[in-house]
Amino acid sequence: MAAPSNESQDYVGFDTITQQMERKFLKRGFNLNIILVGESGMGKSTLVNSIFASHLVDSMGRRTAQEVIRKTTEITPVTQTLDENGVRVRLTVIDTPGFGDQCNNERCWDPVIRYIKDQHAAYLERELKPQRDRVINDTRVHACLYFLNPGSRGLRPLDVEVLKRLTEVTNVIPVIAKSDSMTVEERTVFKRHVKEEMSFHRIAVYPYPSEEDDEEDRMLNSSIKDLVPFAVVGSEEIIDVNGTPVRGRRHGWGVINIFDETHSDFVHLRNFLLRTHLSDLIEVTSQRHYEQFRTSQLRQIKEIRAQQAAAAAAGGSMPGHQMQPAAAQVPTGPLPQQPMAQV
Amino acid sequence: MRSASIPVQSPAASAGATKKKMNGYVGFSNYPNQEHRRSVKRGFNFTLMVVGESGLGKSTLVNTLFESKVYPTKDSDDGAAGHTGTSSGEAGSRAVEITSVSADILENGVKLRLSVVDTPGFGDSINNEDSWRPVLENIESRFDAYLAQENRVNRSKIVDNRVNALLYFIKPTGHALRAIDIEFMKHLHTRVNLIPVIAKADTLTPREVELFKARILADINYHGIHTFKPVSDQYDDPETVADNKTIAAKIPFAVIGSEKLVRRADGQMVRGRQYPWGVIEVENEAHNDFVSLRQMLLRTHMEELRDETDVSLYESYRTQKLLALGHVQDNSVFREFNPRMQQEEEERLHAAKMSKLEAEMSAVFRQKVQEKEGKLKQSEEELYSRHQQMKSVLEKQRRDLDEKRTRLAQPDVVHTHSSAHPEHAQRMPSKDKKKRGFF
Repeated sequence: MAAPSNESQDYVGFDTITQQMERKFLKRGFNLNIILVGESGMGKSTLVNSIFASHLVDSMGRRTAQEVIRKTTEITPVTQTLDENGVRVRLTVIDTPGFGDQCNNERCWDPVIRYIKDQHAAYLERELKPQRDRVINDTRVHACLYFLNPGSRGLRPLDVEVLKRLTEVTNVIPVIAKSDSMTVEERTVFKRHVKEEMSFHRIAVYPYPSEEDDEEDRMLNSSIKDLVPFAVVGSEEIIDVNGTPVRGRRHGWGVINIFDETHSDFVHLRNFLLRTHLSDLIEVTSQRHYEQFRTSQLRQIKEIRAQQAAAAAAGGSMPGHQMQPAAAQVPTGPLPQQPMAQV
Repeated sequence: MRSASIPVQSPAASAGATKKKMNGYVGFSNYPNQEHRRSVKRGFNFTLMVVGESGLGKSTLVNTLFESKVYPTKDSDDGAAGHTGTSSGEAGSRAVEITSVSADILENGVKLRLSVVDTPGFGDSINNEDSWRPVLENIESRFDAYLAQENRVNRSKIVDNRVNALLYFIKPTGHALRAIDIEFMKHLHTRVNLIPVIAKADTLTPREVELFKARILADINYHGIHTFKPVSDQYDDPETVADNKTIAAKIPFAVIGSEKLVRRADGQMVRGRQYPWGVIEVENEAHNDFVSLRQMLLRTHMEELRDETDVSLYESYRTQKLLALGHVQDNSVFREFNPRMQQEEEERLHAAKMSKLEAEMSAVFRQKVQEKEGKLKQSEEELYSRHQQMKSVLEKQRRDLDEKRTRLAQPDVVHTHSSAHPEHAQRMPSKDKKKRGFF
């Protein structure tokens, strides 16, 4: 005899938790931090402005002859609050003007990695406080759009170096922003080369496979992985095509509609970023990257403490550890600055 | 044979020459044709260098320009060639190579020996500070090779592989020139005819192309970079002048390249690229500046490029190099070799030298004599003054004594004195004697 169905009489109602969460979410709003990494002129600002359908960031490219070429990578975060159907998002877009623009680009990625780690460190510091806020303002970088050079045979040496380091600290989504210089066949070939090289160098881009994924998730992820790197075209202009307003670019031989799936992967990228994987991005940042950072930091603190204890036990003060008095006050003190210097 | 006199286009250059009108057909206007026939038989040389990051379509453009597969392009599916640079694991320090491909192309009986020099690896490393150096060294070594050939004893066979034009490929960012572009152009523009080209121009809308070109030209002017400009001289007809102006206005050329034939909307097959949103045609002037580039490079200004290389760029390099090596302009080599004259010349020089030495010595001698004279005169004067001094002293003493004598010579008063003082009386004459003896 089957157990009596409890659906009609004994409806408990805990399935309304989703609505409760939604309401809380609506009240609180959430933070989204995206960093754009790529050389000047790759179409970073235009793409972000196209994704969010508003002019969020200005292009930082050099436009006049008198302007001096930047000597280092600068980090310029711009925060805005967007509202859609009652849902508020505090969107921070971090641009990296000067990245890859000099003749000698060695270590041009240092400021970027440093910024990302600093956000993790700031969060960790606030988390470790005895009196911490209920909701910590999350400035950790949730997604990194890495802009590839269209037309190269795949990844350039600079790309390989930077991607190796970026994928260790944040979710990286490779993108080709000005893909209107590649025909469809060229795009396919390029994507294949990039994927081969990424697997050769063991560069793991988002999305990551996880055990929690069910069939649906896996299918979605694999279709996303096929598209990576996204070959998109960005545009802030609305042009008129036979009476219909279209967001796109007008050339002498044709008009590109960025929402047309045959023209570019823009729709897929936007959906991926905002409509399907947005919360996953935030969660993975918190669970994977932040946790990794936290583990390594706490381990280092423990080591330093152990060293200091050993030094104290040996009698006398050891000269090398004089500059970290704060580490002794764990866990409330400021974090020792030395470990973070290892980029 | 009174045919109409041919209007004479005389060069206004030489001031002494007078313009003469001819009354018949002489025929020297056929000279260019003779020159033309001779050069066609000999064939032409042209060396083109292409520089730019990988993936900007250099090989494709070269193949498109010369309508032949000068370069095997790195097309889609050669997986073997794909993993050369980046996947080899080196930390992005790929050196710039210089590779050269030569082809003999024949068109309408005119033979062209075309050499294309490629620079794979340019701008592809992480540190590109010295990317320009191998390119400059290659160009200068070609100049050196030509210089060495020119200085040979037998110069009948000179092979000219100097670079006549350099196409520099600019990435279509739409902003302005990048640091590596400016560095390269600043170092190379005095050694080669620099032609900047915007690669993959199909990614820019017409308005973006306009703005980009303006910014590039602003950058070029700001840094004092000299690019090749087609200039018209005074002999060109107005049509050519107008053509040259339009072509010059389009620099830097925004081009695309394609070796494939695609089907246009109206069904016709054209060379171009096919996108989901349309077909861009290589040879359509409304779509890109390929036609202008080809016109300038091959059809109208090839000779000027070669000429500029030979007359201006090579000469300035040669002068700088020879001056740096310490050569001094020695005009004596231009005079005839004549042993007798040379001997006479040498004798003359020698005599001149001798007379100079002599003059010097006599001058020195005179000077010394003068010095000595001066000294002697000085001592003479000194002696004389001393003598005068002593004389006056003595004179005074004599006067004194004379006075005393006269006093003593007075009678009676002196008696008592003289007995008491006999020495006085005796002393006085002796004093007199003394005085006399002195003189």
